[in-house]
Amino acid sequence: MAQVVVFAESVPTEVVDALSSVGVNWKAAASLETSDRLAPEAGWTAAIVIGPDFESAIEYCRAMRERDRQTPLLLVVPTEKAASLEVMRDVYDDFVISPMRAYEFEARVKQMMWRATGGSRPELVEYGTLVLNLATYQAAVADRPLDMTYMEYELLKHFATNPGRTFSREELLRQVWGYEYYGGARTVDVHVRRLRAKLGEEHAQLIQTVRSVGYIFGRPRWHSSDES
Amino acid sequence: MERPQDYVLRTVEERGVRFIQLWFTDVLGTSKAFSITAAELENALEEGMSFDGSAIEGFSRIQESDMLAKPDPETFQILPWKEVDKPVARMFCDITRLDGTPFEGDPRYVLRRALQRAQDSGYSFFAAPEVEFFYFADNQPTGAPQTLDQGSYFDLEVSGKGGAIRKRTVLALEDMGIPVEYNQHEDSPSQHEIDLRHTDALTMADTLMTMRLVVKEFANEAGVHATFMPKPLSGVQGSGMHTHFSLYRGETNAFYDANDPNGLSTVAKQFIAGILRHAREMSAVTNQWVNSYKRLVVGYEAPIYVAWARNNGSAIVNVPHAKSAESTRIEYRAPDPATNPYLAFAAILSAGLDGIEQGYEISAETTENLYDFTTQDLLAKGITTLPGSLATAIDEIENSKLMSEVLGEHVFEWFIRNKRAEWRAYEAEVSQFEINRYLPRL
Repeated sequence: MAQVVVFAESVPTEVVDALSSVGVNWKAAASLETSDRLAPEAGWTAAIVIGPDFESAIEYCRAMRERDRQTPLLLVVPTEKAASLEVMRDVYDDFVISPMRAYEFEARVKQMMWRATGGSRPELVEYGTLVLNLATYQAAVADRPLDMTYMEYELLKHFATNPGRTFSREELLRQVWGYEYYGGARTVDVHVRRLRAKLGEEHAQLIQTVRSVGYIFGRPRWHSSDES
Repeated sequence: MERPQDYVLRTVEERGVRFIQLWFTDVLGTSKAFSITAAELENALEEGMSFDGSAIEGFSRIQESDMLAKPDPETFQILPWKEVDKPVARMFCDITRLDGTPFEGDPRYVLRRALQRAQDSGYSFFAAPEVEFFYFADNQPTGAPQTLDQGSYFDLEVSGKGGAIRKRTVLALEDMGIPVEYNQHEDSPSQHEIDLRHTDALTMADTLMTMRLVVKEFANEAGVHATFMPKPLSGVQGSGMHTHFSLYRGETNAFYDANDPNGLSTVAKQFIAGILRHAREMSAVTNQWVNSYKRLVVGYEAPIYVAWARNNGSAIVNVPHAKSAESTRIEYRAPDPATNPYLAFAAILSAGLDGIEQGYEISAETTENLYDFTTQDLLAKGITTLPGSLATAIDEIENSKLMSEVLGEHVFEWFIRNKRAEWRAYEAEVSQFEINRYLPRL
């Protein structure tokens, strides 16, 4: 059963209303310790991060990322702090500006739940002729199975489950590798090159280099949540 | 179970892989492997496979010969040249003692240790080698090597058979996710070159082991013999492994400085100074065979002078023209393709780091062609040469504190003993040179 944690000192009424209208099963936690203590065995399905203040909200997001990179994080951010989000895109999955409009928040919660419970993690991820089976770790392009190393697979999965999103090398390193690798950020380039080689000439352009930024998989979305 | 291990198990199951080769490397740089079945895989991943290390060059220790090969699941790869319906995969292994502690004789461990040291200082180390090799007609080589062609540098299609084999080889490498930058016919007849795109040094050392095998595999399939012997033919150029190196701090190339006329940072200059200072000491590692020193002679574009230059083949360190901050790098030209890449990369990295840590000053850039200089000229400029023979190289490494630290006591001692024995065996041999030259005359 899906269990969402709301990280906040006191949960605002509009949040309570939205969660009950979407039908989300949730618990509040005012500290990371409480959040860990209350966490169901399978971990939180998703987290809505409000926090007593912006700094502790970010700190909480980072801590959650360390525990499990997969848990979707919806950050509620005060208007005056919105600008500082630009440089920490990797610590959250989506955000809402507060004071918030109830219908927007509801929509974002719905989207997050859809993603958390199967929307972004279905067994099969398809993009054009590329198919990834997340249960068996297998990938094929135009019905040709791809023989990948584990990290190549993980990187392709990360891309394919986030089409149209631009990632910096540092973000990819953190999100796909964790920090322990000898190669540093350049390792990302090496793996992208290997992936492109394995995808073959026709499909190599699925992963595009964004000059002086990083990489993007597939086409930018028509409507990107990053722009709102 | 860790995700990478799970990935390997699932892939083996899904793809119907019957056998998994476990690869590792002896101290001399020879690939060693044994195969396990899919049924044994889970146990191998969890606990490692025990084997008798006393039969492996440089592993031998009478009192504790049983060792464990622990597959590194992140190196799992299906071999593209095996039959599609019976796929075979391979993984590189780390070698440990039975209690799980790393075995000092494992070259992969030697390199891991050196990389860890670099990482502790915030650096990651990248390598991009240019590997030269020959194809010869006889795939059971015993007599004089027979070339396949008389082609030369960049020749288009005169290379015929050799070129076709090389092409298949490069395609197989690409299938394994090993991107090739250039591949071309080299200067000497039957000589070829494959340049690999840079990766971190550990991956590259693994890649070189794979590549040497793939080159030989495809040659053998075509009934010819591929060799990485440094100088198989007298009178023409030998095979080198010029390798481009760079150090990164995160996303920043630590070798680049926009304010320097050559674009080289202080770190790059100190790194070069470190390599130059230790070049003679590490020669026995980068050029480990008797035959290696037949390549390192005047002429034949071989790098022998302990100096650095820009776009100049006679110096051992070359600074190629960089098109961007990202491509700033140095090229070390001494190594040959018959080196043990794990040990060579560990030695080169450590020599460079020593230069950074000790703040060595770089010597003046060489702008002339050093081959034109007399010994006196060179002495006056303070330029030395690499050792002229394996014997001299062994004397140099034996006195090297840095190399004994880099290789670790076990490898250092075994290596020197082995190389001394190799040299003694060579010395005792009457060569073709002597027969040709002296038998008729004396």
